[in-house]
Amino acid sequence: MKKVGLISNEADFMIHGLFSYEAFGQTFWITTTHVGMIIITALFIVLGLVAHHRMKKAEEIPGTLQNILELIVEMLDKLVHTNMGKYAGKFANYIATLFLFVLISNISGIFGLRSPTADYGVTLMLALITFAMIQFNGIKHQKLGHFTALFKPIPLLFPINLIGELATPLSMSLRLFANMLSGTIILALWYGLIPIFLKIGVPAFLHVYFDLFSGCIQTYVFCMLTMIFVTDKIGES
Amino acid sequence: MFSGQDLIYACSAIGAGLAMIAGIGPGIGQGIAAGYAASAVGRNPGAKGDITTTMLLGQAVAETTGLYGLAVAFILMFVKPFS
Repeated sequence: MKKVGLISNEADFMIHGLFSYEAFGQTFWITTTHVGMIIITALFIVLGLVAHHRMKKAEEIPGTLQNILELIVEMLDKLVHTNMGKYAGKFANYIATLFLFVLISNISGIFGLRSPTADYGVTLMLALITFAMIQFNGIKHQKLGHFTALFKPIPLLFPINLIGELATPLSMSLRLFANMLSGTIILALWYGLIPIFLKIGVPAFLHVYFDLFSGCIQTYVFCMLTMIFVTDKIGES
Repeated sequence: MFSGQDLIYACSAIGAGLAMIAGIGPGIGQGIAAGYAASAVGRNPGAKGDITTTMLLGQAVAETTGLYGLAVAFILMFVKPFS
């Protein structure tokens, strides 16, 4: 059977299908993306359990681990509070989780995984969660005004407003996906096509730019846009 | 000889190259953003951190249009929607 689409073995930067199974008359693939996500999720579960265990007997003067955990939580809380103001409390958990997951996914290219965020399925789902949050909060806080806002300033602009609303998840997911995919591809090309003596040492700089720098910036942008859109919908009430 | 399929592949490759012309726009936009950020830092060196953060955020958003071109090029090259 010919493997179609992004699941193929033709080039090195593609998503590889590891094994397939049949269900509901369809063929499903367990891909490298699933493996990467399972590794990252397991890492977070272990980290969460360790952190929970550690913070149950928190000390007045924090040790190393407690210090690091407090640093992370304070940094993420501050990020949410500066952007969402008094609404931050409800969203801090989700935004912090999103931030950590996307960040570790983006920089996992350094550790030899194929970044899960370089798969459109992952980023589209993340963006659709954001889209659902935007719509839910819009309806909750503005009631009918959420829909009449589409007909402002004049009813003629309704199609454009509708497209603008629906383009949000598309642009957010494509931004994150394409950034991580371009990094993955350039590194794969470098590792695949360059003579051997250039493969030693030089890719470190590429990893720093494409994985660390680009990954951190895109994580920040994704979380920032989520917060801005949601606060925008709440704040208009 | 050449078949219709070969023509489709050739045109897909040319189309992918043309799609990457989209890279011009973000280049100009990011350059403008960086230029204004540099002049802002020159006027007010104390606000360097805030200016850098804002510049990077704006540049990352401005990059999106170029990445749309990249996505189109990849779809043409690897997903092969017309074959």
